Amino acid sequence: MNALLIALLALPLLGAAATLAPGLFGADPTARGRRALRFNAVLTGLVLALAVALAAGFDHAHPGRMQGGVDVSWIPALGVRFHLGVDGVSLPLVVLTALLSFLCALYSTKRPPDGEGTPSALSFTGLFLLLEVGMLATFLVLDLLLFFLAFEIVLVPMYFLIARWGSGARTASAFRFILYTLLGSAVMLLGFLLIGLHAGTFDMTELAARHGSGLSHSTQLLAALAIGLGLLVKAPAWPLHSWLPDAHTSAPTVGSVLLAGVLLKMGTYGLVRVLLPIVPDGTATFAPYLGALAAVGIVYGSLACLALARAGRGGDLKRLIAFSSVGHMGFVLLGIASLTPVGLNGALFANIAHGLITGLLFFVVGALKDRYGTADLDTLAGASGAALYGRAPRLGALLAFGAVASLGLPGLAGFWGELLAMFGAFQPGAGLHRPAFLVFMALAGLGTLLTAAYLLVVVRRVCMGDPAQPAAVQVAELRGYEAVSWTPLAVLTVVAGLWPALLLTLSDPVVKQLLAVG
Amino acid sequence: MNIALIALVPALPALGAAATLATGRRAPGWTKPLAVLPVLTAAVLALVVAVQLGTGRTLDAATRLTPTGGPDISLAVHLDGYTSLISVLVGLVACCVQIYSTAYLKTDPRYPSYAALVSLFTAAMLLVVYSGDLVVLLVGWEVMGICSYFLIGHHWETADARSASLKAFLVTKLGDVPFLFGIFVLAADAHSFRITQVLGAAGHGQLHHPTLAALLLLAGVAGKSAQFPLHTWLPDAMAGPTPVSALIHAATMVAAGIYLVARLLPVFLLSGAALVVLAVIAAVTMIGSALAALAQDDIKRVLAYSTVGQLGYMAGALASGDRQAAVFHLVSHGAFKALLFLSAGVLIHAAHTNSLTAMSGLPGLRARVPDARWTLGIGLVALVGLPPFAGFFSKEAVLTAAEKAAAGAALTNGVGPASAVPTAAGWIVLLAGSLTALLTAVYATRLWLLAFPAKAIARRGGTAPEPGAPYSPELDEADPGQAEPAAMRWPLWVLAVPAIGFGVAGLNPDWLPALLDGGSLRPSANTWVIGTGLAVAGVLVCWATWRTVSTRSGAAADPGRALLGRLFGPARQGFGLDRLYSLLFVRPALGAAALVRFLDREVVEGYVQGSGGAARLLGWLVRRSQSGNAQTYLSALLAASVLIAVFVAVGA
Repeated sequence: MNALLIALLALPLLGAAATLAPGLFGADPTARGRRALRFNAVLTGLVLALAVALAAGFDHAHPGRMQGGVDVSWIPALGVRFHLGVDGVSLPLVVLTALLSFLCALYSTKRPPDGEGTPSALSFTGLFLLLEVGMLATFLVLDLLLFFLAFEIVLVPMYFLIARWGSGARTASAFRFILYTLLGSAVMLLGFLLIGLHAGTFDMTELAARHGSGLSHSTQLLAALAIGLGLLVKAPAWPLHSWLPDAHTSAPTVGSVLLAGVLLKMGTYGLVRVLLPIVPDGTATFAPYLGALAAVGIVYGSLACLALARAGRGGDLKRLIAFSSVGHMGFVLLGIASLTPVGLNGALFANIAHGLITGLLFFVVGALKDRYGTADLDTLAGASGAALYGRAPRLGALLAFGAVASLGLPGLAGFWGELLAMFGAFQPGAGLHRPAFLVFMALAGLGTLLTAAYLLVVVRRVCMGDPAQPAAVQVAELRGYEAVSWTPLAVLTVVAGLWPALLLTLSDPVVKQLLAVG
Repeated sequence: MNIALIALVPALPALGAAATLATGRRAPGWTKPLAVLPVLTAAVLALVVAVQLGTGRTLDAATRLTPTGGPDISLAVHLDGYTSLISVLVGLVACCVQIYSTAYLKTDPRYPSYAALVSLFTAAMLLVVYSGDLVVLLVGWEVMGICSYFLIGHHWETADARSASLKAFLVTKLGDVPFLFGIFVLAADAHSFRITQVLGAAGHGQLHHPTLAALLLLAGVAGKSAQFPLHTWLPDAMAGPTPVSALIHAATMVAAGIYLVARLLPVFLLSGAALVVLAVIAAVTMIGSALAALAQDDIKRVLAYSTVGQLGYMAGALASGDRQAAVFHLVSHGAFKALLFLSAGVLIHAAHTNSLTAMSGLPGLRARVPDARWTLGIGLVALVGLPPFAGFFSKEAVLTAAEKAAAGAALTNGVGPASAVPTAAGWIVLLAGSLTALLTAVYATRLWLLAFPAKAIARRGGTAPEPGAPYSPELDEADPGQAEPAAMRWPLWVLAVPAIGFGVAGLNPDWLPALLDGGSLRPSANTWVIGTGLAVAGVLVCWATWRTVSTRSGAAADPGRALLGRLFGPARQGFGLDRLYSLLFVRPALGAAALVRFLDREVVEGYVQGSGGAARLLGWLVRRSQSGNAQTYLSALLAASVLIAVFVAVGA
């Protein structure tokens, strides 16, 4: 277990370093790029195999226990320890990260991230692997400063992915992304330091076991505010979301998939892992506000999507899916704000489900953008609709499947998270104002209705339509590599939908510990 | 009993759906067997389960599906006479639709996905029927909804099908959101999602908010079972293929709401207010839909409004506290309405139009479709409720239930105290039900007279559909020149048998009632006379009006126009409810969306820009101070020194 954890981080890190070695991938630029991308796929495939091995070796009888502990002193002067471990909350996220990274790497071997003015595929590989290190580390580390470090590592490669391999106003979007999140994490670091100074340790397991004892109420409040702000930017919570639609619109397909599938989860994971157990009093004080932001975010996100989905508004499909993330992450935040095991389980489930479903949607929409040369809904749909069901039935069916999963159809992954988050809000934790949470729940319910509305409007305008209407371009049917790299997401969406216990038995004991309710 | 056997009933069609989808394109020869056989097997198994269970017994079994941190969600079955009856009905209907469709969609290239969706729908409906856990029931409930959405949108080339499918899903979802909250309310008090626990808590008075829970659940029921005010999706849903309209949107799916209330009736009996609300909903639905049916020119829309109204009867029986009568009418309506739709499908196929006006101008039509003419007639008599057809007994059972409830002696059959049903609910259902009996006879007679007018009159009629009337035309599937294949004709006669004879099952207490709650299903003398008298009166009134207007105009004329007078226009458009919805829901939602778009651009974006601006302002200020002018520096230094000196002096 210990070796597995270290290998999970070391492998992509070494891979990233290898891309810097001159001459390792040959001299010819095209062959070098091809080799690099294949190297990327193999390495991320190995990481996925390690992650699966980790899941197989995980003691499923005790998901609440931190397993595979690596704990050595790293910077003694600051009391920073190199502490790694997985439990029932982080394990699914690690596997999801490894899976999405592998699928993205696989996808880019066949559809290399090229275009006008993009750097070489070799640098893409290096940045991609560095990104994977950061993402995995975020979910594996158990030291506050290390967590901050991992959180920040991710930003740099993602910035370059957007700014160099993106499209449209990519530089501006990348700037906004990095400035916004850096500002957030700077505040978060202050919160971490505050905790570390008062508690005398940065170790997350130890701090979590104390459940906030030894930290005064005002310290907790201040720390919760600072850390929460940083994490909410990342999540993103309304109204701190405005970096997200731009970043997604500009990002290349694989960037969008990872951004939505993994990066957003880092924020909510932080809320569950750091905020809840370490500063419980502070969290409880801010929970109603968090719930309010979540509920507004759900309705706001879906209304923004509805505005983008309408005919003649020049809505961009990628932007629409990005805004839908604001709504979906709202359910995650609502579940967390309820401070109940039910809500928290729902939040963690919705986290994974959103990664699978939105990852799939960004893949499909990215493929549409490739085929049509634009993601502008009006251009795509024309007067009556793009009739994808007729022109590319499998692609159309996958988009419809993704939409139906995203609107939270029972029996697919999206449902359970929303259900439990709302049920958590229906019976919020002790000391929370119940009427307020009932209002949040009702707003969330309204959000599910609006979500169904805009997603089905998208299906109507893209999948359905009069085939007699001349097509903008000849749309190619689902290609082999696309099917290979997307099918796992669709399959897992069904599996998690039919067998929710797969994730909930993992998270349930942990959230009860985190909330100290048994 | 073997639990695996029970589990196979919903699982087989689901697996069949997956297999149909997987092989649909690569091996088209497999599609038909994969579509029919799993559903057929499931139907047989459902029958076996029903027979093994027998009458008067219940079976409960459960295994945990998942922990939630609160009450567990379990894969539970709860079997009793109701589940037996309805699961067999669903199996039978699903088999009919699959077999009929093999002929009806013979040339359709999208037949595999269609067949898979019908199979998946069957699985979901059987899950709803068997599930003993409310959340798992909700899974089936919404999967049915999405299957219905895809099936209505089968002809996505047409604008009608596109908007009808969207509307059907969103209107039912509008009810499903409160429905989910209703489940929360029940589960929070019962500390479980299991139906048996919920009913147990209801029996022990542990439900603290029965009215709230019942009303929230009613929203979902109104959506699914097409009750006022959420019924508007059903007439438009006729844009789907006819077998779907016949069997999913008439016989099974729309009955799910009725079935759910029947299942949870003890909860509803705790709240008189909820029962009165249900009675009002049922009454408005019945009368409104009958008036609308009288004004439609599209034969499928007439039948769709008729479905809405008959579902209103079932809801009325539930409001009167008698779930036996509701389920009795559910099954007999399932038979005769499926018969009506399938006959209408043949008629549309032969006449090549949905329009009744156009049909009335085709003199050869009656000779062209001899089978369908007979079965349509049988179905209409059953709908009108003339003895001894099935519809007579089941409708009378509903009216009798209402009559007893109005007298304060509701036939709750031991589900709850008779006093739990307010007499007002009984009166509302009784009056509305009687009026509807009259109106139903009128519109059924009108349908018959317009479809098969006397030859002398038909020859003088026009053949164009009426301009301005709402239609839900379906793309023509088959060649109208040929007679219908056998697979489209013999299901009609199969369905005609229960449409004629099923009603007898209610007469003997050892037959149908023994399977259900054991009470009587015999009509009382009062309602017998009133109900039949009104039905006969309706037939005569319609016929007389038709004679008069047709003779006067010299051509086949619409008696509905003469009878409804000024109401005709609004009734034809469904009383403008769509416009009202657009005003109440669609436009505010779109307005809010536009507002959010504005806010996101101007306000949220504003503070991002603002923070950038603030940084620039700060930079400008700092830059200004670095002017390089020695005089400015010196004066600032001097001023600051004076200030410090003053502060020190004052402080000391």
